[in-house]
Amino acid sequence: MVESYRRRSPLASFGLPARAAAQSPEAVADADLQLGERPHRCQINLRGNPQDGRFLEAVRNAAGLALPTEPNRVAAAGELKALWLGPDEWLILGPGGRETELVGTLARGLQGQHAGATDVSEARTWILVAGGRARALLARGIPLDLHPREFRPGHCAQTGLAGANIILQQTDDRPSYEIGVTNSFADHLWHWLERGAIDYRVAISV
Amino acid sequence: MTRRNLRLADRGRLDRSQPIRFIFNGRTYYGYKGDTLASALIANGVALVGRSFKYHRPRGIMTAGSEEPNGLVQLGQGARTEPNIRATQIELYDGLVAASQNCWPSVGFDLGATNNLLSRFFPAGFYYKTFMWPASFWMKYEYFIRRAAGLGKAPGEPDPDRYDKTYAHCDVLVAGGGPAGIAAALAAARAGARVVLADEQAEFGGQLLHSRSEEIAGRPAVDWVAAAVAELSTMPEVTLLRRTTAFAYQDHNFVELVERVTDHLGPGADGPRQRYWRLRARQVVLAAGAIERPLVFADNDRPGIMLASAGRAYANRYGVAVGDKVLVFTGNDSAYRAALDLAEAGTAIAAIVDLRPDAGGPLVAEARGKGIEVLAAHAVTATRGSARLEGVTVMPLNAAGDGVTGGGRQIACDALLMSGGWNPAIHLFSHNRGKLRFDERVQSFVPGEPVRGCHTAGAMNGAFETADCLAQGFAAGRKAASEAGASGEAGSVPTVTRAEPAESPDRVLWIVPSDKPLGEGGKHFVDHQNDVTAADVALAHREGYRSVEHLKRYTTMGMGTDQGKTSNVNALAIMAALRDRQIPEVGHTTFRPPFAPVTIGAFSGHDKGDLFDPIRKTPMHGWHEKTGAPFEDVGQWKRAWYYPKPGEDMHAAVAREVKAVRAGVGIVDASTLGKIDIKGSDAARLLNMVYTNAWSKLEIGRCRYGLMCGEDGMVFDDGVTTRLGEQHFLMSTTTGNAARVLGWLEEWLQCEWPDWQVHCTSVTEQFATVGLNGPMARKLLAELTDDIPLDDAAFPFMSIREGHVAGIAARVMRISFTGELTFEINVAASYGLALWEALMAAGEKYGITPYGTEAMHVLRAEKGFIIVGQETDGTQTPQDLDMAWIVSKQKPDHLGKRSFLRTDTARPDRKHLVGLLTENPSEVIPEGGQVVAELKNQPPMTMLGHVTSSYYSPNVGRSIAMAVVKNGRNRMGDTVYVPLVDRVIRAKVTEPRFFDLEGARLNG
Amino acid sequence: MLLISCPHCGPRAEIEFAYGHEAHIARPTDQEKLTDAEWADYLFMRKNPKGVHYERWVHARGCRRWFNVARHTVTHEILAVYRMGDPPPALDR
Repeated sequence: MVESYRRRSPLASFGLPARAAAQSPEAVADADLQLGERPHRCQINLRGNPQDGRFLEAVRNAAGLALPTEPNRVAAAGELKALWLGPDEWLILGPGGRETELVGTLARGLQGQHAGATDVSEARTWILVAGGRARALLARGIPLDLHPREFRPGHCAQTGLAGANIILQQTDDRPSYEIGVTNSFADHLWHWLERGAIDYRVAISV
Repeated sequence: MTRRNLRLADRGRLDRSQPIRFIFNGRTYYGYKGDTLASALIANGVALVGRSFKYHRPRGIMTAGSEEPNGLVQLGQGARTEPNIRATQIELYDGLVAASQNCWPSVGFDLGATNNLLSRFFPAGFYYKTFMWPASFWMKYEYFIRRAAGLGKAPGEPDPDRYDKTYAHCDVLVAGGGPAGIAAALAAARAGARVVLADEQAEFGGQLLHSRSEEIAGRPAVDWVAAAVAELSTMPEVTLLRRTTAFAYQDHNFVELVERVTDHLGPGADGPRQRYWRLRARQVVLAAGAIERPLVFADNDRPGIMLASAGRAYANRYGVAVGDKVLVFTGNDSAYRAALDLAEAGTAIAAIVDLRPDAGGPLVAEARGKGIEVLAAHAVTATRGSARLEGVTVMPLNAAGDGVTGGGRQIACDALLMSGGWNPAIHLFSHNRGKLRFDERVQSFVPGEPVRGCHTAGAMNGAFETADCLAQGFAAGRKAASEAGASGEAGSVPTVTRAEPAESPDRVLWIVPSDKPLGEGGKHFVDHQNDVTAADVALAHREGYRSVEHLKRYTTMGMGTDQGKTSNVNALAIMAALRDRQIPEVGHTTFRPPFAPVTIGAFSGHDKGDLFDPIRKTPMHGWHEKTGAPFEDVGQWKRAWYYPKPGEDMHAAVAREVKAVRAGVGIVDASTLGKIDIKGSDAARLLNMVYTNAWSKLEIGRCRYGLMCGEDGMVFDDGVTTRLGEQHFLMSTTTGNAARVLGWLEEWLQCEWPDWQVHCTSVTEQFATVGLNGPMARKLLAELTDDIPLDDAAFPFMSIREGHVAGIAARVMRISFTGELTFEINVAASYGLALWEALMAAGEKYGITPYGTEAMHVLRAEKGFIIVGQETDGTQTPQDLDMAWIVSKQKPDHLGKRSFLRTDTARPDRKHLVGLLTENPSEVIPEGGQVVAELKNQPPMTMLGHVTSSYYSPNVGRSIAMAVVKNGRNRMGDTVYVPLVDRVIRAKVTEPRFFDLEGARLNG
Repeated sequence: MLLISCPHCGPRAEIEFAYGHEAHIARPTDQEKLTDAEWADYLFMRKNPKGVHYERWVHARGCRRWFNVARHTVTHEILAVYRMGDPPPALDR
């Protein structure tokens, strides 16, 4: 029965796939900024004590990941990533659909420990900001120093942007950034990004 | 006003290939690219540009920079008009329109100028003194003062321009792009530092831009500047910010700057008008230069009287002679450079009047050699001219410099260049709490003890020679880079290969004497913008306003848009002399941001209008919007307020919605409620501490309502929490408090109970939440689920079931905020709209009615359910709210418990939550109305409390209200009054519950 | 805007943080034995020194962890940052 319903991403009302389809290849090639939504990911909030070898071991067994213990770093293994959120907190990020199985595996593996896994896949969407102007656009609202000497692929941070709390990660050197933002703020943040990019050549990336 | 042309043929950094047309006070003029409005006006012979603030005296351009006190204009028209813009900083563009301000009806004929004749009625402290007269006098004055005073007009329409704002970071910020700043930037950048170099002018170079004979590194100074800037611009880690004013130096090397991105191109140019930079620098080099000090002599404010350095800048940089016959009045050598450059350009120098009896040295000799008359130990004692200076009186000084000795000599001139010395621009240094030191040599304040992470260089240190500026700047840049961790090879200090002649010592006379007592026969202006004279400072001194801060506030000296850039030091020195003290003993006023005015638009950037504050939307927002629901702001959330049908007003729509819920089934979007996932072996222990009631025995799958109090015992949140497992709970919070409650739990766990084994995670946005309320709710839901039994036995009130609704995995709770049979359905957020639409479709035959927050409020008020933040304002205990039942007596401890025993919280006559039923059942009391027991004819009356919620309830068939009333529980049945402006409402005190008192409707 | 070193995330802009209150105020045990005045002292009375102030902050927009700060209230100089539960460092200012 559920298949008959359309699952909607937080930015569905912007019609981004249609806008992307309407772009000319020249405009895409000429763009100095790519914006897009990366919704419906597997996201699991993981809590536990990294000083406890049993905890790290259980996570490694369940998710195949070595959790980053250095603050604001991302560890990747296969299609999964772990983003450091706090000294006892991480976000496991992966392709949509894996959350139910993974949260179950983690919960079983962590049984008896002071640790927990909570499915937050539905709580947040991700926005791609990439290209030559990405850094300048983000600097309009992010108080962090995104200069490559300070922030690189494999780095992540939680901060504020346009009044919303966000998780930021850099994924490559173009540079590409992904901004995790809770659903309710996504509409506002997208507006803010497009307004801030008014002087740039923007392509929608899907 | 006759048209004149004061353009110098072969001078200036102008592009003369194309004239630029502009309009000033309705008249068309021409200038060139590279001109400022000030230089173009001077070139066109326009000396009179405005009227002064208090006396409405004719004023002209006095400086060539951001320190300009007089030349403030109203720039642009319509929505883009902007007051108080310094003509000295407006780069000329085609079609520029500007006008004088502070003059009415015109700059040439100004009624306010009678203030000048009446000036003995406008002494220091005039406004304060006037306020002390009978109030009725002030009312009469006010009309005229308001009309005649003020600086310019604010635009009446929204600003059509775009502004930008950005954070930025660097290793070394260099503020000031003169020789010291450029040298600092070169040294730091070559060492490998990330450098930002900012200067408020359109070109880097500072004083070097009007230097004619100096050579640096073997080439003319301006060529060296060009080469240095070219080198810097090729370095990827260097950001060059022209037209950028560092206006505030805040804590921890956070510097605010404003860049005028397209102002110089005129209205409607591509790109933002201005950009506001919020820059964090590891190290800061201040190379802010120095501001020339005016001389304080009689009538030193006539149009045509300006700073000597400005005269030199106009000649050498802008190709304009400030007059046909220029008199120079100085106590130092630097003004001679202006005289010599003007003379070389062919302008007649009427004389150089030098305060120094021993005026000598190479510059003086050069002037004499060129045939310029130098009057040593002389002073200008009077000036003549109205719309423009016409001449001066010069007299010999006595030996002490406090009087004049002989008869006056009249000298005709149409411009006067003055120099009283130089004041280092220590403003930014001072913003950051840098302590200042009085330097005897420069007779001004310079940076004292160094501030961590901040370096100063050049003229702001009192080093006025170019070689010293370069050396200090280079050293500061290298040191700053090294302290920021960049220690590459910086090369060597740029050397001055051909210097200007060395200067001989200054003579400083803080007040230039004349043959009349101070204050008679002429005004010695100290602060030109605020019309404060030396006599005003003396009057303030006589009246006892002797501290510099009192002096500033009493006379308004140093206030206004220029913040006393040209006047502060003169005023302090005059006050010091009056008090027979040294200047450092008198001290200085506090320099505060901003260094120069910043337009409000720049601060907002594009965070304005709909982007001013985040607008939070639920997954079903689009549906509400399409249906035509207006939204209510709840925190940052937009919640559907009501769903009007065609022709319905709010009242009709809400009445229909609340009836439909009790008669059939209503549907509400409750996604905004906060949800916190709480896991761990101490989860129940945490709940026992933060809620007033007991949680240990709550069964798995059951829900419980809780009140949360602060340690002061006052209610701050409420909600239903559900036990999902032995060590797993799902807490719900009010919409507005979701983040605050999570923060509250985290604070206690991290700070007070770090050993407790419990983790809290916000899951507010994981779910979309839909409430189905009303007697038909069960029937409707049964059609959409086949794995959740819905009868009372299988799914009792205050319990949770998991299954599927409309094929979507769902957690369903039986909880109720309306008193009706209610199923609260939680599904994955991305399926929220799908769920809503399925329920609407299936519910059509039951007359399903979407209802908004207003109907929700009425429905819960009928039942007497509180809303935290409406019935409470942080001063209500659970007992005050008639909810003592929810405070556990058994629990040994919970947050706020001890506070219930405080004498004040335990007393029986606190404000209690009660119901109010109006005598006239159709009358609705305005919320916020004050409740009194004894009515008087007029206020004051003894107020007992106020109405917190009040609605017309179609289900009860009358108006209902809740109120917090002093001793309310002991007033049941009493009549109280709510006095309003036009009437008094009588009401009876009741229990705060109005509908279905036995609670029979909960099960449908 | 201050630059505050979160003990976990390093230097971040003040805008990411929220101020709590004076640090090292322990919740009293045996509360019932306290007089109203003693309880009010715990609830409401806070130091407001001109000089070094020990206070707690939370990295609200970052890692959401509380920590202690020794800040000079005149200069805003941050003299020490230390974790919850650690004793205040001795500072001779």
